[in-house]
Amino acid sequence: MDTMIRIQNVSKTFEGKESTVEALKNITLDIHKGDIYGIIGMSGAGKSTLVRCLNFLEKPTSGTVCIEGKDLSQMTEPELRETRTKIAMIFQHFNLLMQRTVLDNICFPMEITGCKKKEAREKAKELLKIVDLSEKAKAYPSQLSGGQKQRVAIARALAMDPKILLCDEATSALDPTTTKSILSLLKDINKQYGITIVIITHEMAVVQEICSHVAIIDQGNLAEHGLVEDVFSRPQTQAAKKLVFQGDHHHTNMTGKRCIRIVFTENSSFEPVIGNMVLECKAPANILLADTQDINGIAHGQMILQLPEDEQIANRMIHYLEDRKLTVEELENYVG
Amino acid sequence: MWDSTTINMLIEGTGATLYMTLLSTLMAYVIGLPLGIALVVTAKDGLRPNAVVYKVLDIIVNIVRSVPFLILLILIIPLTKVIVGKSYGSTATIVPLTLAAAPFIARLVESSLQEVDRGVIEAAQSMGAGLWTIIWKVLLAEARTSLIVGATIATGTILGYSAMAGTVGGGGLGDIAIRYGYYRYQTDIMIVTVILLVALVQIMQVIGMKLSRKLDKRITG
Repeated sequence: MDTMIRIQNVSKTFEGKESTVEALKNITLDIHKGDIYGIIGMSGAGKSTLVRCLNFLEKPTSGTVCIEGKDLSQMTEPELRETRTKIAMIFQHFNLLMQRTVLDNICFPMEITGCKKKEAREKAKELLKIVDLSEKAKAYPSQLSGGQKQRVAIARALAMDPKILLCDEATSALDPTTTKSILSLLKDINKQYGITIVIITHEMAVVQEICSHVAIIDQGNLAEHGLVEDVFSRPQTQAAKKLVFQGDHHHTNMTGKRCIRIVFTENSSFEPVIGNMVLECKAPANILLADTQDINGIAHGQMILQLPEDEQIANRMIHYLEDRKLTVEELENYVG
Repeated sequence: MWDSTTINMLIEGTGATLYMTLLSTLMAYVIGLPLGIALVVTAKDGLRPNAVVYKVLDIIVNIVRSVPFLILLILIIPLTKVIVGKSYGSTATIVPLTLAAAPFIARLVESSLQEVDRGVIEAAQSMGAGLWTIIWKVLLAEARTSLIVGATIATGTILGYSAMAGTVGGGGLGDIAIRYGYYRYQTDIMIVTVILLVALVQIMQVIGMKLSRKLDKRITG
């Protein structure tokens, strides 16, 4: 496989007045032609800086970035600009020219490369068809929805026949449905035109949806990288585990010592008493033992619950259960 | 007293005021617009940061802006004589007006251009756009509404300055107001000139705002 982007020992330090921030620390990564490469990390991990190093909007403090074997740092300003025309970029906030129509926005990169106006307009119309927005050619960005704006940005990105498309949190400002449609558009573009795509995101779902490879950036370090299946099924590092098991950190261990026994005798078995109690008190209760039966729609049996440590919440829970006509009995030193 | 001579004088005065104001504004933009662009481009977070150039321009702009207009007017009489050949009259007033307005306009332009979304500039850079393309097609084009509002404010201010120049024989409506209204106690003529000045400012304001709204595509509908 051909290497499209070769990142070697890239570090980036921002010198502030009082402190220096090491945004990237010695990152080495190869991205191959035709990959959809996800770069994921928590906010502030340095992933946006990394993607800006790929087109030299940020110049690395040390290390090299090669695009198709050519070192960006060795290029003159005009050479760099020439290279940038082949590395398109789309952004979280779309960054369209607000005073231009959709069609003129798509023509903009072609104006930069000195394309003839008539040809540019023809091509822009073709691109609008691809992103399914032909009817909006004469509209202005302010008249479009977020998803439509991103489609225009994608059409604008394609106008230069790029080899690489960088997406900086391109779906982060969009709702889940729109995100899906934008991602599937990106997937089509990758397949149809063989454009290498680099996706910066903090959302696991985005990577799972379309990426072939993933790199996890944690506090400026490259924590893990490889095929999406491999990284996701066997995360090695703490950072990777944290991302893969996103959401799991909500689960806390119960530390409360108070346990109660509740006896069901006349409640409807269709009333989710414990569930409602948890929602009402906004705190978890731990079911240590449950032995209930549904007898003709009436719940019978008993449960043993471990209550939260917070005295007030625990009392509210007991109160709630008593209100539901349950027999509540406090247990001393219950061992489950 | 409302004979044809007076009316002719007022008409001529209005013409002279318009001539001074519009030409000075134009000339002041010839200096102020590039100066404002240079300030934005060389600023610390600009496209070509250059602390030395920025500081020098910044100080020049501040110095000229701090000098009261009337003082500037007198101060540069030698320069005016070199450029125009005389130190009084409408044409001569254009020199101090231009000089006084240019730094003010530079600041207006600077603040308008600073409003342009940094993300859009970054997008243009990512496409390989050069400095001039970004200045022309991104900064100036995207800030055009704000620039027109700025120009409207500038024109109004220059009109006010031009009236002030009347005190030292600058010509135009301000000159008439001083000579007839103040020195000869002809309050009625003074009031008429003031009304004419107010009307001119109003008309310019309306035209400027209409134009800027018409050209603003950020507002839906």
